[in-house]
Amino acid sequence: MKLDTNYMGLKLAHPIVASASPLSADIGRLRHMEDAGAAAVVLFSLFEEQIERDNAAFEHYLNAVSDSHAESAGYLPAADSYSMGPEGYLELIRRARAAVDIPVIASLNGVSAEGWTDYARQIEQAGAAALELNVYYVASPDEDGRAVEQRYVDVLAAVKRAVSLPVAVKLSPYFSSVGHVAHALTEAGADALVLFNRFYQPDFDIDRLEVARSLELSSPADIRLPLTWIAALYGRLSASIAASGGVDSAREVIKYLLAGADVVMTTAALLRHGIGHLGVLRNGLLQWMEERGFESVGDFRGELAQLTLANPAAFDRANYIHILESYRA
Amino acid sequence: MNAPLMAVLDGNEAVARVAYQLNEVCAIYPITPSSSMAELADQWATEGRPNLWGRVPIVAEMQSEGGAAGTVHGALQAGALTTTFTASQGLLLMLPNMYKIAGELTATVFHVAARAIAAQGLCIFGDHGDVAAVRPTGFAQLASGGVQEAQDMALIAQAATLAARVPFLHFFDGFRTSHEINKIELLQPSHLRALVDDALVRAHRARALNPDQPSMRGTAQNPDVYFQGRETVNPYYAALPGIVSDTMQRFAQLTGRRYALFDYHGHPDAKQVIVVMGSAADTVAATVDWLNARDGRCGVIQVRLALPFSAPHFLAALPQSVQSIAVLDRCKEPGAQGEPLYRDVLICLSEAVAAGTRERMPRVLGGRYGLGSKEFTPAMVRAIFAELHVAQPRRHFTVGIRDDVAQTSLPVDENFDLEAPDVVRAVFFGLGADGTVGANKNSIKIIGEDPALHAQAYFVYDSKKSGSQTESHLRFGPRPIRAPYLIRQAGFIGCHQFAFCERPDLTARAAPGATLLINSPHAPDQLWDELPRHLQADILAKRLRVYTIDAARVATESGMGRRVNTIMQTCFFALSGVLPREAAIARIKDGIAHSYAKKGEAVVKRNYAAVDYTLEHLFEVPLPAAVSTQREAAPAVPPNAPPFVQKISAIMIAGRGDELPVSAIPADGTWPTGTSVWEKRNLSDSVPVWEPELCIQCGRCAFVCPHSVIRARFYEAGRLFQAPPEFPSAPLSARGFPDLRYTLQVYADDCTGCGLCVTTCPARSLRKAGVRALNMRPKAPLIQKARAEREFFETLPVNDRSRVDFSSVRGTQFLQPLFEFPGACSGCGETPYLKLLSQLFGDRLLVANATGCSSIYGGNLPTTPWTTNHEGRGPAWSNSLFEDNAEFGYGFRLAADHQLGLSRQLAEQLAGELGAELVRETLAAPQQTESELRTQRARVAQLKCTARASQNALAADFLAVADQLVRRSVWLVGGDGWAYDIGSAGLDHVLASGRDVNVLVLDTEVYSNTGGQASKSTPLGAVAKFAAGGKPLAKKDLALQAIAYGNVYVARVAFGANPQQALLAMREAEAYPGPSLILCYSHCIAHGIDMKDGLEQQQLAVKSGHWPLMRFNPWLRKRGMNPFALDSLRPSVPLKDYLYRELRYTMLARSNPTSAARMLAAAQEVVNQKWGVYEQMATRDGSQFSPDAAS
Repeated sequence: MKLDTNYMGLKLAHPIVASASPLSADIGRLRHMEDAGAAAVVLFSLFEEQIERDNAAFEHYLNAVSDSHAESAGYLPAADSYSMGPEGYLELIRRARAAVDIPVIASLNGVSAEGWTDYARQIEQAGAAALELNVYYVASPDEDGRAVEQRYVDVLAAVKRAVSLPVAVKLSPYFSSVGHVAHALTEAGADALVLFNRFYQPDFDIDRLEVARSLELSSPADIRLPLTWIAALYGRLSASIAASGGVDSAREVIKYLLAGADVVMTTAALLRHGIGHLGVLRNGLLQWMEERGFESVGDFRGELAQLTLANPAAFDRANYIHILESYRA
Repeated sequence: MNAPLMAVLDGNEAVARVAYQLNEVCAIYPITPSSSMAELADQWATEGRPNLWGRVPIVAEMQSEGGAAGTVHGALQAGALTTTFTASQGLLLMLPNMYKIAGELTATVFHVAARAIAAQGLCIFGDHGDVAAVRPTGFAQLASGGVQEAQDMALIAQAATLAARVPFLHFFDGFRTSHEINKIELLQPSHLRALVDDALVRAHRARALNPDQPSMRGTAQNPDVYFQGRETVNPYYAALPGIVSDTMQRFAQLTGRRYALFDYHGHPDAKQVIVVMGSAADTVAATVDWLNARDGRCGVIQVRLALPFSAPHFLAALPQSVQSIAVLDRCKEPGAQGEPLYRDVLICLSEAVAAGTRERMPRVLGGRYGLGSKEFTPAMVRAIFAELHVAQPRRHFTVGIRDDVAQTSLPVDENFDLEAPDVVRAVFFGLGADGTVGANKNSIKIIGEDPALHAQAYFVYDSKKSGSQTESHLRFGPRPIRAPYLIRQAGFIGCHQFAFCERPDLTARAAPGATLLINSPHAPDQLWDELPRHLQADILAKRLRVYTIDAARVATESGMGRRVNTIMQTCFFALSGVLPREAAIARIKDGIAHSYAKKGEAVVKRNYAAVDYTLEHLFEVPLPAAVSTQREAAPAVPPNAPPFVQKISAIMIAGRGDELPVSAIPADGTWPTGTSVWEKRNLSDSVPVWEPELCIQCGRCAFVCPHSVIRARFYEAGRLFQAPPEFPSAPLSARGFPDLRYTLQVYADDCTGCGLCVTTCPARSLRKAGVRALNMRPKAPLIQKARAEREFFETLPVNDRSRVDFSSVRGTQFLQPLFEFPGACSGCGETPYLKLLSQLFGDRLLVANATGCSSIYGGNLPTTPWTTNHEGRGPAWSNSLFEDNAEFGYGFRLAADHQLGLSRQLAEQLAGELGAELVRETLAAPQQTESELRTQRARVAQLKCTARASQNALAADFLAVADQLVRRSVWLVGGDGWAYDIGSAGLDHVLASGRDVNVLVLDTEVYSNTGGQASKSTPLGAVAKFAAGGKPLAKKDLALQAIAYGNVYVARVAFGANPQQALLAMREAEAYPGPSLILCYSHCIAHGIDMKDGLEQQQLAVKSGHWPLMRFNPWLRKRGMNPFALDSLRPSVPLKDYLYRELRYTMLARSNPTSAARMLAAAQEVVNQKWGVYEQMATRDGSQFSPDAAS
């Protein structure tokens, strides 16, 4: 049985990929992911903002108390030869490349135009197999939707000019026209689109009257939105499509493939069940394919996509009304 | 000779460069002002920089200077070229080894940044007291003047010692030379190679102990041969002056710089000559030139080889015409006929006259100057020459002070000054925290790079650790600058904080017509009216040009953050005239490009833009013709301060301590306590404001406040009738006291704004987000109200200690702190422990304080924090040394124990007169609880009262010791540098003594006071000086060591993690009648954290298992119970989550991530293993711990 797939030019043994998460910060865990059966791994995101902030804090604490007292010009050894850039991340790429045979995809979250391209270059030089652009951007009220979309396109175009490795864009679902944005990005050179990004959405603690920092892992109920858009876009883009969000069991993997995804990414399932769960997902996929006699993933990918479906009306607005009516009944 | 390579550096670096290249082993111990020499050597070794022979020297930080000297001695005996860097008390600790090293004719150079010796008080500043103290050791002494000479003599000393086999002490003035930045001609490796003879190096090695050619040294000698043996070295000392002289000549051939053992400068037929060594020689030489240009016949002899004193060379240098000589010593030998250099010159001359080699004896005066870095100026030199003309001069004089006691001091014309007109002089007033000094160091480097310019910088700091003020003195000119004294007539004054406009001395150093730059939040046309009268008057009188910039705003708007240093530096470049304005700005931009190149083009551009933006916002202030205000700056202390504070402390606070005469200073070093309360420093723009209705009165805020600025009292509601309007109060939250009110008072003038109180406050508003019972608010709008409230608060009665629950954190807030408003860092992690100590036991407390941060914020003048209660009782405090604090405090205990015995004996002898029942009760009284102590005080007061009326001769003796009948609480306080390193042996001995002493270790895990050197408490993986690659070993477990004795009460506490446990430990330790040891986690600026996060770090230190809370109480062992109690839970947080919030750990992650990861893993393993041990101990029964036979 053939599970192999092609994701933005990368030949993967099967379509299940470990998405960007803190799990990938550790080489031991990366090895574990490979052993457990990940077809590829996306490293956690390199945040330009975080580097800038850490550097500023580093310099502040180095200098804040220097040259203040007769007895002590400073409190730490001279700090000329300290890394102020993304060396730690680049080193992780290098070590990951050496440690595992599966493709290592870097993830970048930039702020400035310079940051996107500089770090992308360095990531390529460090040996990443591909790069995922994590365009985490919350628009300000005085910025219109067109400008926001253009920002994505500009970032991608600049990075594509700077590097030659495959580049994916992880998209927000909150565009007026996701399809249009997807097309625009593809035209700007995106090798893949990852649907979708999950923005940090804080909660409130009503006892302490505070904003609470917590992250809810995605659940199978969350797959509907990406499933819808993947099914809608399958066959209409030259770029690969990665599904991201809501995977807990092989069922979600299968659904995404049926919608037309080239790969299916998960972090929540690994955080919830452990890295070994990758094997469970893969085996579940195999078992399902065996039960139905599929020889390869290609046999059923996109089977429920809009383009493929005999009755694409299932995706239409009219169907929504039908669903609502069924509740009423 | 090639064109010289010039560089801008300070004296310590100049010396360290040479010493590093010429040695193989360097054993050191940090001590101000020499520390940076060793730190640089360690840094270079870490970087892999080789010495002259291609090997990286080994730099070893030892546990004390005694240890360093022993290591130096050993390394020398084993054949290595070895050196050390030290000063002051450190040099004194080396004394025994110095005798040995010299007695064994061993070639080495000790480089000493000469510093005062602690006598009536500690002094970190420069004089020759330390060097004079080691004169008898047999070390040759070579003295340097400025930075250039310090470098050159470092080489000459090394070359000469190898040839002479006599060890050298090369010294230069602490701070004045060690910390002065100057432009010098650098010695190149080729110079070193040419001057240091490799054959002599090989000969040195050949003398090493070697089992292949065995010999022995260090024999024990008897009366038959010891004396002769002592005399064997004479030929070596006789040959030494010639060797040094030859070396200096060879040096001159190599470099063009000529030196002699005694360098004469002045009129060839001088009548008056000053003999001096060190940096002062430059001052004398400049004054000699000035006097000779006005028909003077003056000269100066600069002594370079001070020991052995070569009479022939001295006599050859001294003009035959001389009639009178003043010999200046920068040290004091009380009771001696004169100081060492004076005696040497006198003996030399009298022997020459007696031998007939000199015709007549000139008149010789001996003078002391410059002790403890006291300024030594051309005006003082002129006064000395004037004294040499007087018919009946003071034969032993002082200069630079006003001695109205022994009348030794010379009158000095303070207006006399010598400054070349083509030298640009600038003085800057800044805060330590605003980066002024750093920016000025940068300016010196930038301007010093100009081949046509020379530069000099010297920095003055106050002794506070929070809100420290700095003064920068910069000179720039076309010739080498040899002016080792502060600028008195500056062409540019930079006032980097607007608050400094209130300083009475802001423009005291301004020359007529000078430029005054003021960083001010006020608009240029409004600034004038904001200045106090004295400043307006001085500006007009001196016709100053005033410029202003709102640097904070400019910095923020140009993306430079909060620091104003770059902004002010740009203004200086634009206004000072050191360089033409355009060239100056171009130069500063070059500097930016150089500094920030690594950080990317965007950062460079941002800084460029900030420079341009600065220039656009720099304005000249229009000046009116007359003073427009009558507002005077506030006095240094309020008018109700005690007389001593008014007359002495206030002068020192105002920066005019130099004006105080000898009679104003206590003769024996005894100073009054409780003076910090009068120095209102107003450091913070924001202060905590109390919300009474939210407050749960838990007392945590008062507990954690490092500066004792949060106080609580409860009182009868009726007292509020006299309260100022809106005086905040709340019903006391305690059952059974419905009429009592509670007030939490913030002493806003004294608050440093650290925010720890807000962080720890558990009470939150249920209605308003982010509001707690304490919230930081801008101070300016509320300060007047806060002052009135504080004034009223202080009229409320101090709560009766017998009504307060000592056993709870809540209760401690009502105990008066007898440690208040220290100069400690904002957010200090040490002082809350001391404050608690003073609250619990302050009225019967004796504190022995090891040298370190706690002795500086606890005992550095002008004002000190230990204070008294309303009865006039309070902690009695003293600092002996760094190394002996355990023994010092142990002495307190022995004296108290003995005198307690004596007082009991006398009471029994006087029982008939004093009252037998009262004496019996007194001698049998328990003294554990506060009420018991109070009753005992009353008994003792009654006994004393009766004794005073007695005619019995023993009654007077009884009165002298009767106070001992109230139990004394003896505490030995110090940091980890003391307890883990330099005082370790003494501490160990005192813990083993069984006596009732309490040891409080304020553990910051690093030498904080001297600038972050590693101690044996420094944790595995932490970066510190001398552990730049991360400390490879785990910290010493002092708790387990002490527990091993069985009879020592031991606790490990962290007030930020568990204040209740810290309180319990302190009370148990004090109650335990044997030795006690409390290890206190103290977060510190040296950790590289935001100090407002200090409490959180304490919690993480405990939660991660890095700092397990525990108590070991031998009393429980005696009762068959387990004495070991583990007070914190099993580690619940990975160690990384605690460590990687601190720069001391993340630095390594940035510099060497692989090593950091390895060390982190090892550190986690240590935590796991150690926790296992502790857990196992916590589950034993008492019989498994060592018993002790102490009663």
